[in-house]
Amino acid sequence: MTAPQVTLATAHEHGLTTDEFAQIETILGRTPTFEELGVFSVMWSEHCSYKSSRVHLKTLPTTGPRVLQGPGENAGALDVGDGVAVVFKIESHNHPSFVEPFQGAATGVGGILRDIFTMGARPIANLNSLHFGRPEHARTPFLVRGVVAGIGHYGNCIGVPTVGGEVHFDPGYDHNILVNAFTLGVVASDRIFRAAADGPGNSVLYVGSKTGRDGIHGASLLASAEFDAESETKRPTVQVGDPFTEKLLLEACLELMSPAYSEHLVGIQDMGAAGLTSSSTEMASRSGTGIDLDLSRVPLRERVVTPYEMLLSESQERMLLVVHRGSEEIVQELFRKWDLDAEVIGTVTDSQRLRATFEGRLVVDIPIDPLTDGAPALNRPAAEAAEQETPRLVLADLPEPVDYGEALLQLLASPNLCSREWVYRQYDAYVGGGTIVRPGSDAAVVRLPGTEKAIAISVDSMARFCAIDPYVGMVSAVAESARNLAASGAEPIGVTNCLNFGNPEKPEVMWQFQQAVQGLHDACVAFGTPVVSGNVSFYNETEGSSIPPSPVIGMVGLLEDASQHVTQWFKGDGDAIVLLGRNHEELGGSEYVATAHHQVRGTLPWIDLDVERRLIDVLRAGAREGLLRSAHDVSAGGLAIALAECCITSESSARHGARIDLEDGLRPDALLFGESHGRAVVSARRRHLTRLRELADRAEVPIAVIGEVRGQRLEIGELVALGVDEMHTRWSEAFAGLLGEE
Amino acid sequence: MSAEGNGATGWLARVYVTPKQGVLDPQGKAVQQSLHALGYPEVLDLRLGKYVEVTLAEISRESAETRVREMCERLLANGVIEDFRFDLEASR
Repeated sequence: MTAPQVTLATAHEHGLTTDEFAQIETILGRTPTFEELGVFSVMWSEHCSYKSSRVHLKTLPTTGPRVLQGPGENAGALDVGDGVAVVFKIESHNHPSFVEPFQGAATGVGGILRDIFTMGARPIANLNSLHFGRPEHARTPFLVRGVVAGIGHYGNCIGVPTVGGEVHFDPGYDHNILVNAFTLGVVASDRIFRAAADGPGNSVLYVGSKTGRDGIHGASLLASAEFDAESETKRPTVQVGDPFTEKLLLEACLELMSPAYSEHLVGIQDMGAAGLTSSSTEMASRSGTGIDLDLSRVPLRERVVTPYEMLLSESQERMLLVVHRGSEEIVQELFRKWDLDAEVIGTVTDSQRLRATFEGRLVVDIPIDPLTDGAPALNRPAAEAAEQETPRLVLADLPEPVDYGEALLQLLASPNLCSREWVYRQYDAYVGGGTIVRPGSDAAVVRLPGTEKAIAISVDSMARFCAIDPYVGMVSAVAESARNLAASGAEPIGVTNCLNFGNPEKPEVMWQFQQAVQGLHDACVAFGTPVVSGNVSFYNETEGSSIPPSPVIGMVGLLEDASQHVTQWFKGDGDAIVLLGRNHEELGGSEYVATAHHQVRGTLPWIDLDVERRLIDVLRAGAREGLLRSAHDVSAGGLAIALAECCITSESSARHGARIDLEDGLRPDALLFGESHGRAVVSARRRHLTRLRELADRAEVPIAVIGEVRGQRLEIGELVALGVDEMHTRWSEAFAGLLGEE
Repeated sequence: MSAEGNGATGWLARVYVTPKQGVLDPQGKAVQQSLHALGYPEVLDLRLGKYVEVTLAEISRESAETRVREMCERLLANGVIEDFRFDLEASR
């Protein structure tokens, strides 16, 4: 069996440009072998090399007193005190999930879990951010069912709770959905493992599942090329996940990293995108070493797998280890105990080259640097789309709703605001016993094992805002996350991000990207939350039309005392309802304008990061002092939706109504449904109001008592009078209706 | 009256759905490992699929074939990761 001859045409088929092919010939001083061409094509793909994004990502704030590991490793790590660290990251699995929603989403979860336990951390929480097309689109219900089932399948089987996330519907994702998966794990802060290949002479071990032909060129083709009708032919590249094997791999890796075994381990990396190739080159690159691989020793699932396929296979549930010379058998023994393959497939060298032989024949011999740090980095042209004049929204032209109660009910039942219980009831949110607040409140809260502390997590994006203004949209998303954490009582401590965009070769897409990165920078600096990990997903585009700019962030917060956590729903009659922050007449980009008037337009609500920070301080102080019976940030749907959610989102059936009186000279629809930032609705016992007012005054945050928790109706002035049960029914039954279910 | 060749008749379709060649089959792998554990080391490979029986009303063979293939493509098999085949038996 001989590999095909390599020509410029073969290079083009691999997605390499004529220039890049010439560069490869210069680097090697000869024509690459077919295997080498495969290695270059995946390592230089957008997915592995970040060639369009690297220059921009470098500007993000990535340091801080808590940062133990910033970007560049499998995941980021933050010190949370008492010798404990949290490790977390968010990653996209968009294209695979569009092609095969169940397995695509499942393997997305599997991949992000491996990124976390590769570092030595035990995963304790999964979250996700999902963007689907219009509910009316023929394929949407199929995709929603498949993705949700796939996430639930993998997480439930491996025994990691899925504790939160977000689901958005927008026509912009009709042909390119987004599936972003987040995992957080915990580890002793002095026992974080890294992906190093130190020490020439040390052995390279392959552990986990056997290698098949899964996902060959998944990274370079699926994740870096637009979709078109030919996507059909890309179907065989979808991988199938096996969560039970991953559970074995998780336990085996953590045992290897325990004090009893860890002296044997030098470095470890997940074989994710571009499998064996990227894991071996990246490990060697970090250590300034080289790696020799003997592909004849790779454990195979099928009888015939070519060396090219072995190098590029994305078979799931595999890891690459570097262990000390002499430790091989001890480590192999440990993995075999867990029913996993473990083979010595190579050696660390000082050659600074990746060399691979197959049946005695040298098939790959490439210097490491051009594959990693020296890979092409582009500063692509960026320009705002010419026709993008901000479409104005003239309030005077918008008729007010005839019936505000009906308008509120419509919003509660709208695709982007209705209850997500249909989704999260398919997830095991409690496995492991550490979940304090499950999906359905502002942020998920999980206990930090072995401590009194808890971690709050929120995953957010503001795609509609970003479509109007990617800078403001990104800043708004970060602020929303920070408010969600603070409303739960937590201090925001760090951020991971997944930047989903269209084709970076288009200047307008690159402009959106730059704007979003700038927004992420500014907001993270303001909140003091370093960006410690992340992922960029470009080429989210089908037949020439890009998705709206869709940066997603995962923010992590710390509660020093888990018992101080706060949930968003009202707790008891007689409590005072307090609005923190100021209402403005801002309806631009709102869910209300989109739902009631079918327009995505207007000037976005003004956002002042200083105001946000002060609001967060008040919320956190209130939680710490035990003043807050409930706290909920005001975001999509505005003040009226926030109040309705306080009435109906309780985990128990004990729901509460409220009597609200708002004194503001604003247009009633802007007052009720506008999405001005810097606001939160909290409830407190009357005797705590004085102290709460002191806290707010000191932080210069406007505070007003706007009503009382009372009865079983939500009454807002003369505008709204709705039964809590009626609101709950409309809100909770809408999601199944979107999918055409009863 | 003989079932075949006389135009419309009822049918029993036997549909076999199997994982595509090269696609990971976690179920098959688990069953194979269990067989090894039970003392059947000669099992080299095992692929696990599903078997579906579909009883059809009286229609022509041609139409039955077309319809069953369509059912497989649209629902019974996941074309991305599974292959299918079927046969038809005339039934009264």
